[in-house]
Formats: sequence, C-alpha cells, structure tokens
Amino acid sequence: MRIGLFATCLGDTLFPEAVRSTAVLLARLGHEVVFPPDQTCCGQMHVNTGYQREPVPLVRNFAEQFGDASIEAVVMPSGSCAGSVRHQHEIIAARYGDAALRSGVATVKAKTYELSELLVDVLGVTQVGAYFPHRVTYHPTCHSLRMLRVGEKPLKLLRAVEAIDLVELPEADSCCGFGGTFAVKNAETSTAMLQDKMRNVCGTGADVCTAGDSSCLMHIGGGLSRIRSGTRTLHLAQILGSTRTTPYPLTEAAR
Amino acid sequence: MSTFLGMPAPPPRSPYGTGNLRGDRTFPAAAHDELRNGQLRRNLGKATRTIRGKRLHVTGELPDWEALRDAGSAIKTDTMNRLPELLEQLERNVTERGGTVHWARDGDEANEIVARLVRATGSSDVIKVKSMATQETGLNEHLESLGITPHETDLAELIVQLAHDRPSHILVPAIHRNRDEIRQIFLDEIPGVDPRLDNVPAHLAAAARAYLREKFMTTRVAVSGANFGIAETGTLSVVESEGNGRMCLTLPDTLITVMGIEKVLPRYQDLEVFLQLLPRSSTGERMNPYTSLWTGVTPGDGPQDFHLVLLDNGRTAALADTIGRAALNCIRCSACLNVCPVYERAGGHAYGSTYPGPIGAVLTPQLAGMHAAKDDPNSSLPYASSLCGACFDACPVKIDIPSMLVELRHQNTEQSGTTAEKLAMKAAAAVMGRPKLYTAAQKAAALGRVVGGRDGTLSHLPAPFSGWSDSRDTPAPPKRSFRAWLASAEGAATMRAAAEEGARHGDDHQEEK
Ligand code: SF4
Repeated sequence: MRIGLFATCLGDTLFPEAVRSTAVLLARLGHEVVFPPDQTCCGQMHVNTGYQREPVPLVRNFAEQFGDASIEAVVMPSGSCAGSVRHQHEIIAARYGDAALRSGVATVKAKTYELSELLVDVLGVTQVGAYFPHRVTYHPTCHSLRMLRVGEKPLKLLRAVEAIDLVELPEADSCCGFGGTFAVKNAETSTAMLQDKMRNVCGTGADVCTAGDSSCLMHIGGGLSRIRSGTRTLHLAQILGSTRTTPYPLTEAAR
Repeated sequence: MSTFLGMPAPPPRSPYGTGNLRGDRTFPAAAHDELRNGQLRRNLGKATRTIRGKRLHVTGELPDWEALRDAGSAIKTDTMNRLPELLEQLERNVTERGGTVHWARDGDEANEIVARLVRATGSSDVIKVKSMATQETGLNEHLESLGITPHETDLAELIVQLAHDRPSHILVPAIHRNRDEIRQIFLDEIPGVDPRLDNVPAHLAAAARAYLREKFMTTRVAVSGANFGIAETGTLSVVESEGNGRMCLTLPDTLITVMGIEKVLPRYQDLEVFLQLLPRSSTGERMNPYTSLWTGVTPGDGPQDFHLVLLDNGRTAALADTIGRAALNCIRCSACLNVCPVYERAGGHAYGSTYPGPIGAVLTPQLAGMHAAKDDPNSSLPYASSLCGACFDACPVKIDIPSMLVELRHQNTEQSGTTAEKLAMKAAAAVMGRPKLYTAAQKAAALGRVVGGRDGTLSHLPAPFSGWSDSRDTPAPPKRSFRAWLASAEGAATMRAAAEEGARHGDDHQEEK
C-alpha cells in the first residue's frame, strides 16, 4: 500500500524517533512510505485554543499535501492529530473555507488513520514482528480512546510483541491532564491530574509507559522525569519498531 | 438615487440571565485555593468514584441503554426546535387544570413573582424542594431580604443552607462536607438539637428529620423546581430520593414551581425515556425512590393554589446559538460532573456558578455571557477542561460537551479583540503555513539544545509556561528533525534497508501461499 506519513509538528520537531519508528515499521511491513515534503501542522492547537481563522492555511496545506489520489492512506503517530483531521478540519472548512477546501478536507478525512487503526483495521496485522523484553504499561490517550475509539487495537498490537511484560495501568482511561494549552492555562489542575496518573504508572513497576500520542507522553514523561521515577515514556511506534535484529536500546531512566 | 443603508445591524439578541451565574474570580484563580483543600479533594475523589462505579453498573445492565440515550437526545432536540409552541401548550393545559402560569424574563423577575405570590398568602416562611432554577435566580437571598424565611428541605441543601455555604455539586450539594463537619454544623445551627449528637449518619439524618418534620407540618407555602413539564397534559414532575419533595408538593396550601423553559417535554409518554435515563445516570439507581407528578389543582387533594413560573433567564439567548443550544438538552443528572477529572480536583465552587462541572462550563457562558462583566470570569470557563471527552460518553442525552467547549473558546477569541495570545497564534500559523519558514524555525529550535541541561531536559521555562515547568521537565529539541533525518544519507539508508526487508517479507508470504 502507498501510505502518506504525516509526522505532526510535534513529532517532526521534538520527538522524531517516534516518527522514524513509524516510517521504518511500515516499510518493514512491505509498504511504500511517502513523506510529502511541504507538510507542517494540522492546526489542532489553534482550534483547541479557540482559533479557527488562523489555521485555515494549515488545514488547506494538509489537504493539498495528502490529497493526491495515489496516496491510499494517511497515517500519523498521534491520536489527537488524527482526531483533529477527522473531526475539526471540516468545521474549519465549513466556517472559513471555500468549496474546494471543503471537498479537499472530506477526501483526506476519509483515508486518515492513527497508527494502530492503520495497522489493525486497514493493513490487518497485529503481529508486526516486534521484540521488546521489558515491562510496559499502556496509557490510552483520551483522543485515541474517546474521539477515535481505537479501543483494544493498541493493546492487541502490544500483546503480540515478543518477550514483552505488559502490565495493566489502573484507572487507565482517566486523562493525564495534558489537554494542550490546558496544561498551561490551568497548570495547577493539570498537575493534580498528572500526579494521580504518575502514581498509577509508578505502581505498575513498569520500565516504560507507552501511548499513541507524543504530546501526552511529553506531559507524563516530563512529570516522571521531574520526580526521577525510573520509568520512562516511549511511543507505541518505538516499541513496535523494536526487533530482535535492531532492539530498542533502553537506557535506565533517571531515579 | 442611491441610498446608503449602512452596516447591517446584528439581529436583536435576547438578554443574558441574571443571578448566580458568575463567580468573582477566574477558574484558575479559584481552583488554586480549592486544590489546596485536601479534605475537599479526598471527599470529592471518594464520592465521585463511588457514584461512577454505581452508574456504570446500572447503565451497563440495560441492553438498550444506547438506544435510550439516542431517544433522549432526539426528544430534547425536537423540544428545542419547537420550544415556543410547546411552552404555550403547557401554559394552556396547566391553566385549564386550575393552575396559574407566570412568565419570567430573567431571574429578578422570577424572584419578584415568587415573592409577590408568597406575600399574598400572608406566610412569612416557605419550605423548598431542591431546585437549581431558584438557586440560579438567588431566590433565597431575595426572600430573606423581604423578611420571608426559606427552608431548604433536601438534606444536603439543608446542610449547605445551615452552614451559610454554597452547593458544590448539582445532585450532592454538600459533597464537599464530611460527617464530622456536618455534625458540627447541626450542633451550631439547629435550635434545640441534642448536644450529645455524634457523627453516625443515621443519627445525623434523624436530627435533620426531626427539625424538618416540624417545618413540613407548619409551613403553608412551598417552592419547588421541576424536572419535567409535560406540554401535552400540563403535568409537572419532581424526581427525588428523600421524600422531602413529596411532603412539600402535597402538604402546603400553596405550591409555587419555578421551571426553566428548557424543562418542557412534548408528551407524557416521553417520561418513559427520561425516568430511565435520569436515576441511572445521576445516583446510579435503577429507580429513584420518589417520583411526584401533579397536574394543576385537584379539589380536596394537595395544594389548592398552584403557580408555575416559567423562567427564561438567558435560555432564549442560548437557543439562538445553533451549536450552543444543545446545552439546553441537559437534564441535570450530574453524570458529567462525576466523571470529570477537572471537577474532581478543583471542585464545584471553582466554576463560580450555580452550574459547575462540564455542563456548567458550557451552560453558564451561554446563559450569562463571557464578556458581560469587566474581566468576565465566565470567559475562563470554556478553558477549564482538558477536552478528555469523558463527559460526552457519560451524558444520558449525548451532549457533545468537548465540541461545545471548543466552539465557546472560538467565540471567546472572536470577541476578545487583539490579545498577546492571538498574536502568538497568528505568528505560529504564519510559520507553519510556510514550509520553508517552518524548516528554518525547526533548525533554530534545535539550536535551543544549548539551553538544555546536561541530561537534555529543560526544567525552567519563562511565563506563560512557568506553571507547566513547575512540575514537568521538557526535552530539549533533538539535533535533527524527522524530515532532516529522512533527507540525510543515514535516513535514506535506513529506509532502504527496511524496504528491502519488507520486500523479502512479502516474498516469504508469496512462497507460503
Ligand atoms: S450535561 Fe448530560 S451528563 Fe451533564 S448533567 Fe446534563 S444531562 Fe447530565
């Protein structure tokens, strides 16, 4: 399959390893990965903070970059960006766009997937040949869970990983407190939520807390690093991208 | 000849509501104090967790729960689409059955109507059934200012009233109090209470019961809210757990019901849906203990003088908003509060309004506006959410609260003029809208590595990010962006090797077949 990879601005700039793992994983599974070079950002942060006029060019650019009919599916290693493309772009296009934008947005929306959806639903694989001999707990990020309804898909993929010690995260479905600019505007409430999430993560004794969204992982990981918990965060793609021949070199997190 | 018609004037807009729909501080400022109240956080955490578990149990056992939610949502949407005609139908039927209907444009008008009706009875006291609408209008304060004493009869409302406190939860107004505090409140405030009263819940309830029983037997006027008003029959309904409502609705001579206009339902049959949705979503019970239904006046049975006050107070303004009007579908079950991670930490008072939690964050700004007061605290409410979506999943009438929050944030930025944030957002969009500029900015960000600590993390960020960095490290930008890696020789080689492995993998598959 010819798959368009959207790196997301956060992934491209701050967490390139997760995007790299996604690209390599899909290529390893026999798919052609294309990276439209002029892609930037989906505009989610703008929309979620209340700005809908400003991201119009971003929405347009996204639709143009991935609109090409030869791209059969668009994937991104982020539940919230996929949620933005699927749920918010049409709102922006309807309100501040033109007919061309509306139709462009509808076209890409229909073929946009978050990583676990693409693997399980579109490509029909749960066994991706990964090897990860560490204790892992999975945080289902809110947008993956409740906006995209990815459900058990990421867990199915993780269960199929060789040598993994997957432990259940208590109160997994409660929000980590990130919420984009929420963590800045309501930093104290966000911190109170983060503390409870970290307590649950640390209680599992996991080496790694994983999720399908680098933004939530930046939040949880930033907190775990500050308290020197010994648990580190890795994107789901990085675990799925770890193999026996090229295992992920897990270094000890600071304690 | 040409005529200059000028700018088209905006259509006339219904006025915002009055009353308890605005705090005196922004959400983050109020939450700052509440978050430091360990007792509050423990009580809230425990109570909301318990109710959450009960709710999931009784909603999970119904095979048609999702269909019920759809039905509830559809009935409410239909109701809002023809609210005026349904209200007139309700008025006709209530009047026909011997009741009197009053229309109140805002909270002040509702309070005046109720006060006038109470005065006409000559009573200096009223007993009250827990009611959000009269709390919204500040009826108790108004009556007190006129020398009329309102007595709350719901146990939790009574605790709040005796403590000169404000409710913090729609359904469990005293959720922020524990039994030791309640014991002390009773000892201080109930005249003639046994000074040996301990903190055993049954004993506390008995003390309240003895006090309330006397009020029920002697007070001739009651004020209630309503959960539902049926247009087709003129029937009003109150759903409750303690039986205090039944007392208030049946014993007095005069009953005054204040009902928000959005509480109307078209048909009697619609109760089938809502009497299943409401108790299961609110208290996690299959059926609430008391459901009272009354239609006008029944000679020789119950109050002989019945008044229905229909309260607008900003609801017509909310109805005018095509996205926001869904907030009027709310049946006040409080499920969204109980699942909300923000409410659970910050508590109900932080919202500053009669309506706390997720529904409060969307309803309050619509009823009372976000820019109707100086530095309006209501403009902070749509941001009091991480948009986690738990409220949408829990709502029995499927109100998409996260999308409404995003919409209200947009309305807020549209009304706010030029702010530093807007300029920053414009600048960010300008960079991200131009791929070359974006790539250059990424390179500049990578230079930011030099400000990183030795372990590659940033532990202090300047305002407005200092709240973030108080408890979170931020990774310094990596040497190379993804796109730079992909364009590098290393990236190309890695992708080529992976593709070759993929091709082999594909061949293996071919051979297996
Ligand atoms: S918004 Fe929905 S969940 Fe919240 S109180 Fe209203 S009906 Fe209940």
